[in-house]
Amino acid sequence: MKENKSKIKALKAAFPYTLPIMAGFLFLGTAYGIFARTEGLSAFYPIIMALLVFAGSMEFVAVNLLTGIFDPLNALLLTIMVNARHLFYGISMLEKYREVDIKKRWYLIFGMCDESFSINCAADVPEDINQGWFRFFVTLLNHIYWVTGATVGALVGSLIPFELEGLEFVMTALLVVIFLDNWLKEKQHYSSLIGLGGSLVCLLIFGSDNFIIPSMAVILLVLTLLKKPIEKGAEK
Amino acid sequence: MTELQLIITIAMVVLGTMLTRFTPFLVFPAGKDTPKYVQYLGKALPGAALGMLVIYCFKDVDPLARAHGLPELIALAVIVGLHLWKRNMLLSIAAGTAAYMLLVTFVF
Repeated sequence: MKENKSKIKALKAAFPYTLPIMAGFLFLGTAYGIFARTEGLSAFYPIIMALLVFAGSMEFVAVNLLTGIFDPLNALLLTIMVNARHLFYGISMLEKYREVDIKKRWYLIFGMCDESFSINCAADVPEDINQGWFRFFVTLLNHIYWVTGATVGALVGSLIPFELEGLEFVMTALLVVIFLDNWLKEKQHYSSLIGLGGSLVCLLIFGSDNFIIPSMAVILLVLTLLKKPIEKGAEK
Repeated sequence: MTELQLIITIAMVVLGTMLTRFTPFLVFPAGKDTPKYVQYLGKALPGAALGMLVIYCFKDVDPLARAHGLPELIALAVIVGLHLWKRNMLLSIAAGTAAYMLLVTFVF
């Protein structure tokens, strides 16, 4: 009984954080399901990918892979490149996820999409809430929204009149707010500025399709060069 | 593609995604001491990763296109302004998204 109570409490605490994602994922998931069907795939494929891949932008790319020539190695390498940013999420969450018991930890890592990472990384979980369950429910709710959207789009997408231009911006708005909250909380802004600046410079140089890996390299390099001042600043 | 080829391709996409998500946790397992440098990265990276994601969200904005990225810029100003003022996550997100939707539907 006591454990159930703490689970429900964690669910109630997690739910409001996921509301913007509910809007965004239902909308984008539906668009993704419709897109996959119009490209000629049967409903099974977008739904199973939503369930097992759970990485929105990669799933749109995967639809193109599935409708092209069979080339599994290319699919693997392209996926690693598109999703390389997850490596940073993992390193960022090493300590936080370590405190979670192993069953939940596996699911947290499996479901660590951009949005789940951002919330779990930046949210101040209240002291009286079970941290593991809070993070678990954030991830699970997001996963449910995405699979629901994809399923609706794949099965009955053609019946939905789409007139919600711009709703996808809710994901951008969410990430901007999470970044801003983190900015207001941190003692120094080195890391945030390196992330913004390094990525922006790489975007301008390499273009929108190829800038993530160079950005990661620049961020690692600058964080390494500035290790001393950043560690000093964190102690203050 | 045959059904088997479709399944293999999806398996590759799943494998690639899971490699990028699980590798740090497999290389630095919970039982062992994580190298100092990686511990430092774990503390220093989150801000940078969030910053990179923000840029990622705006990557397809084209300043040379018809709207010159103005809907994004105005909506961004709404979000930042409102959030610094009220500090209410849902309000900032809802207002910013609404502003963006109105701008792309009626203005640009």
